[in-house]
Amino acid sequence: MNEPDLKQLEQIASRAVARALDLGATDAECTLAEGEEFSAGVRMREVESLKQAGSRGAGIRVLAGRNTGSSRTSDLSEKGIEEMVRSAVDLARVTTEDPHAGLPDPADLGAIQADLKLYDDAIEAMETDWKIAQARLAEETALSADPRISNSEGASFDSYLGVRAFGNSRGFIGSYRTSSCGLSVVPVAKSNGHMERDYWHTASRRASGIESAEEVGRRAAARTLRRLDARKVATQKAPVIFEPRTARALLGDLTDAVNGSAIYKHASFLTGKLGEKIASEALTVIDDSTMPGLFGSTPFDDEGVTSRRTVVIDRGVLKSYLLNTYFARKLGLKTTGNAARGLSGNAGIGPGNFYIEAGEITEGAMIAGVRQGLYVTELIGATANNVTGDYSSGAAGLWIENGELTYAVSEITIAGNLKQMLMDLNQVASNLEFRGSIASPTIMIQEMTISGR
Amino acid sequence: MGFSQSFFASRFGITERDLESYLSEALSAGGEYADLYFEYLATSSIGIDEGIVKSASQGVELGVGVRVLIGERTGYAYSDDLSPDKIRKAARVAARIAKGPSSIVKTGFEEARKHNLYPMLQSPHETGLAERVDLVKRADSAARAYDKRIFQVQASYADSVREVLVATSDGRLSFDRQPMARLNVTVLAREEGGVPQPGHAGGGGRVALDFFLGEKSPEYFAREAGRQAIVQLGAVESPAGEMTVVLGPGWPGILLHEAVGHGLEADFNRKGVSAFSGRIGQQVASPLCTVIDDGSIGSRRGSLNVDDEGTPTQRNVLIENGVLRGYLQDQLAARLMKSASTGSGRRESYQQIPMPRMTNTFMLAGESDPGDIVRSVSRGVYCSAFGGGSVDITSGNFVFSATESYLIEDGKLTRPLRGASLIGNGPEALKYVSMVGNDLKLDEGVGTCVKEGQNIPVGVGIPTVKIDRMTVGGTAA
Repeated sequence: MNEPDLKQLEQIASRAVARALDLGATDAECTLAEGEEFSAGVRMREVESLKQAGSRGAGIRVLAGRNTGSSRTSDLSEKGIEEMVRSAVDLARVTTEDPHAGLPDPADLGAIQADLKLYDDAIEAMETDWKIAQARLAEETALSADPRISNSEGASFDSYLGVRAFGNSRGFIGSYRTSSCGLSVVPVAKSNGHMERDYWHTASRRASGIESAEEVGRRAAARTLRRLDARKVATQKAPVIFEPRTARALLGDLTDAVNGSAIYKHASFLTGKLGEKIASEALTVIDDSTMPGLFGSTPFDDEGVTSRRTVVIDRGVLKSYLLNTYFARKLGLKTTGNAARGLSGNAGIGPGNFYIEAGEITEGAMIAGVRQGLYVTELIGATANNVTGDYSSGAAGLWIENGELTYAVSEITIAGNLKQMLMDLNQVASNLEFRGSIASPTIMIQEMTISGR
Repeated sequence: MGFSQSFFASRFGITERDLESYLSEALSAGGEYADLYFEYLATSSIGIDEGIVKSASQGVELGVGVRVLIGERTGYAYSDDLSPDKIRKAARVAARIAKGPSSIVKTGFEEARKHNLYPMLQSPHETGLAERVDLVKRADSAARAYDKRIFQVQASYADSVREVLVATSDGRLSFDRQPMARLNVTVLAREEGGVPQPGHAGGGGRVALDFFLGEKSPEYFAREAGRQAIVQLGAVESPAGEMTVVLGPGWPGILLHEAVGHGLEADFNRKGVSAFSGRIGQQVASPLCTVIDDGSIGSRRGSLNVDDEGTPTQRNVLIENGVLRGYLQDQLAARLMKSASTGSGRRESYQQIPMPRMTNTFMLAGESDPGDIVRSVSRGVYCSAFGGGSVDITSGNFVFSATESYLIEDGKLTRPLRGASLIGNGPEALKYVSMVGNDLKLDEGVGTCVKEGQNIPVGVGIPTVKIDRMTVGGTAA
């Protein structure tokens, strides 16, 4: 996909917005997206699947005064766009007037001008055979790591090239390209008649940003092997250490709790807590959509507001919610540039790069300080009730005894309340890495309920 | 109705000759089997929040997926443009999975037998927008009227019609028109100055708007959401550890979906990576348990006249009197396992490769009186509503989270409990089933199953069931 494609999508967006105004809308905003996906799957050393295709889509939201209507289509022909615009204008007649509905203030509209490095030509240039070879090598490395690994759910190499364009009736028009590639493998190991699986995954917006196939295979194998011969521990209260992968999942639940929509509706336990101490001093959480090359970065959000960096929690104090224009108006605040949506509909709210700032302690030193506790490597079916803060999840991991990782544990649950868990999150390790838009180093929660035997 | 009157033939002028030529292109490099999946999806949704109808949305998606199989290999490509040159291009891309001389496509199609599970009295797109707006407004007022402590209400109504056409290189042709509708209500309640508690309810199925004008009215779902939130206002911490668990009828059937269903999908078993692999004929549950997956029940959310590979759906016995009987097969797994498709090949859209999936999964009723089941428990947990669940099919460990549960003390339901997860191991958990009620109930039609990133609608059901031992993951250790 090249510059002319971007301009073509921008033109379709501009024309759709203009057409909506012709049909009686007072404002309109249009999103277009186009993507090409590739996926190669290998299992037990043989190619298992190859998938390659592209698709396009458009969505529009119109305002007729304070009433809104939305529609979308996969047909970008002139006729398809016309039908889409008409449908949205018609729908605006059935909705109710909403005093806070509207487009962003003109002063908020804009885009980061610096190159965010979201697109890499080298991904487009990757050869199919090379991608298959990477998946093969990752799986081969995992399969040959240990005799107990004799099966696999396969390895896959995926790549994606995308374009997104957005325009509105307040003069904003913008577009950007993204690319990504990723490699993952899922080995299966067996011991004493019981099987376990785990995985490792690497992904980047740059061709050179992913880990080597051997590294992916080795890490997947090591993770799978350490889950074998798991025991169920006794029900108890104990410290729980979340390694980066599980910490990231827990942090994902926190993004819902600081979402301005939930805050406004009293559907978050953090409603009304702005400026208050809600977490341990060890915890600083940042949302930043401007970090070059990362998955959570964009030049502008999904309603055309300039991307930015927001301190969400500063040493335990709640500094900001994540907001779009609508909920900022509802709450009497300013948007944080976190509007998110698919192609159409009213914008929701989503994080950019949302992460816990690294601490000083090493993960090893953190584990060494625990007499009896759980090191969680997998969360299954985690449920966070953001209204009450109640949190409960199935878990698997390693048991810590006298500062050392010992045997594997599984078929247990960990539970607590997020309000207390944030206060008890008293240690943050130094191992922060960005593997997706949500990132966390290893963290420790002083006490949770572990349910087992 | 014959093919010539079907949606894709009449609207896009697609002929049987066209389908044959696309399939030939797909097999031009020697694949063993190819199929085409044409899809046209029209959706609409409407939402109310704070008493304001804030959103109304419509959408149209269209495309075709081309699949080529050779041995264990799958080639896949799709196009969102139905022009012949774009479909041929996709077919050539999918064909690349094979490397050899072209294979012959059988000429002439035979229309697949199919059920008539969801005759539509009224097509969603023939319904006026005003009637849909009325549904969410009624839900909003009923929820607010239910109890003064309810202070937030959101309701939404979404419906869709999917037109599909499947053509295969072995000469099968099928087409179907698949409706889906769903009404959802979410409320928040609180005591003066207290902590809010949520309540959710919803339902629907392969039905149209008229379904919600009867017993399953907006008021019905609104009252249920309200009741749940009010009950939770008095909830206490859930216990932790192994104990007796009683599941109420209906939606708690999600236990079967997680504990058993996923582990019996043939792709995992063909590869030997499921905790149930190679265990057909073995006792994996108490003799009281018979578990069925049936995609041929009228109007249910998980039902289909034909699956997404053009095979008619059917009633599949997974576990009979505790003994593992069969797997859920799609075309690929059936070819490789020398078995027949069980009508379980499903996909989220034309952009996705089909996989063996569940439809409506439930346990047959037993003989116990539900009241007797609860009275038989001196201390345990009774769960009547769940949020969702997950499973690791390799270890067999599954988790599901209760959104409405009660402590059982001396044979009576006493205090409501705050959310807790239940965890168990698939091939073991059902061995502890000691009583099965005579009150089988299917869920209201809200289930969505996610596998490898593909979302599909499913149903579950279960009678009241007593499980003597299961780990409850509360906070009160």
